[in-house]
Amino acid sequence: MSPRQRLVLFTVAMAGLAACFAWAVAGLPGFGNYPGPYGPVILHDAVGQTHATGVVSAVNFEYRGFDTVGEEFILFAAAAGLSVVLRRLRDERESRPVDNSNRLPVPDSVRVPALIFTGPTVLIGWWLASHAQTNPSGGFQGGIMLASALILIYLAGEFIAFRRLSPVALLDAVEAVGAGGFAVIGLIALAMGLPYLDNFVPLGTIPGAVSSGGTIPLISFFVGLEVAAAFVAIIGEFGEQTLLVRRS
Amino acid sequence: MEYFPFVVVAWILAVGLHGIVTSRDLIHTIICLVVVQSSTYVLLLGVGYVTGGVAPYFYDISARTKAVDPVVQALSLTDIVVEAAVTALLLSFAVQAHKRFGTLDPHKLVEFRG
Repeated sequence: MSPRQRLVLFTVAMAGLAACFAWAVAGLPGFGNYPGPYGPVILHDAVGQTHATGVVSAVNFEYRGFDTVGEEFILFAAAAGLSVVLRRLRDERESRPVDNSNRLPVPDSVRVPALIFTGPTVLIGWWLASHAQTNPSGGFQGGIMLASALILIYLAGEFIAFRRLSPVALLDAVEAVGAGGFAVIGLIALAMGLPYLDNFVPLGTIPGAVSSGGTIPLISFFVGLEVAAAFVAIIGEFGEQTLLVRRS
Repeated sequence: MEYFPFVVVAWILAVGLHGIVTSRDLIHTIICLVVVQSSTYVLLLGVGYVTGGVAPYFYDISARTKAVDPVVQALSLTDIVVEAAVTALLLSFAVQAHKRFGTLDPHKLVEFRG
């Protein structure tokens, strides 16, 4: 198909899509008039039921916790799939990490800020991952920040340090603990005779402290581990493709 | 202007789809898919907005304060995570395609047989 035909087809299809979209939007209650029912019910009950003042986290890790298990395993499967797709092919070999002297050195203007921000990024990531129950934070956000800290090390041109800090075996273990921990918290509830992922830990105070919210901070912590390990693994795979894998 | 956010959604969606259809580079295609998916965040947050509502966080305000819908916000979070996972996987396909065919142009890829 020529680009021109493609564009004509696209225009026709878009006209149809636009008509359907306009029809759908016409049936919506209009911006700012959200009618519920789920949102108002959860807003009414969430803080009292879970002692978590971050209601989005309460939804994610409590009300639809079972969904979030699935979501976490999507990430797990994607990271696993990525390492399969980027495996070493028959006609490739991996050069040694030290064999990179010919590439351009990273300028200090990149290296110094990257290394300066590494520490604070770890701190913010840890803070986010452990405050799901109180703030607009949680394991997903915190995990990404923790992974970013390692990515900053990589950006600073320290691929060897990046690899040494995140050996694949360690990443696999952390990822497994993160994904498995979430599932196991649900199973503990089952073993206690409660529904899967029911909140079986004392709920703590309102407004939430680090220990409030029962299983919410625990789940968030495991999600943080999983997300951080998955993304560091993904970046590591891409880094290896760029820096180590050579066609023999 | 009551429907303006949904017009924005349609526009982001259309721009992203147009980018995918006319793309001459797989990395560009993948970024366009990210744009398409961004429209769903705006849609979800637009659907759940309540006029005058605050963010659903009650750490230092009364739990009875009028707030926007937390369910769609949690869904957008899921959306973002899935998007990141899908993007990473697609980029790995692009890496392999470039290795095998020496090009990232989708129009040239079809001339080869893997």
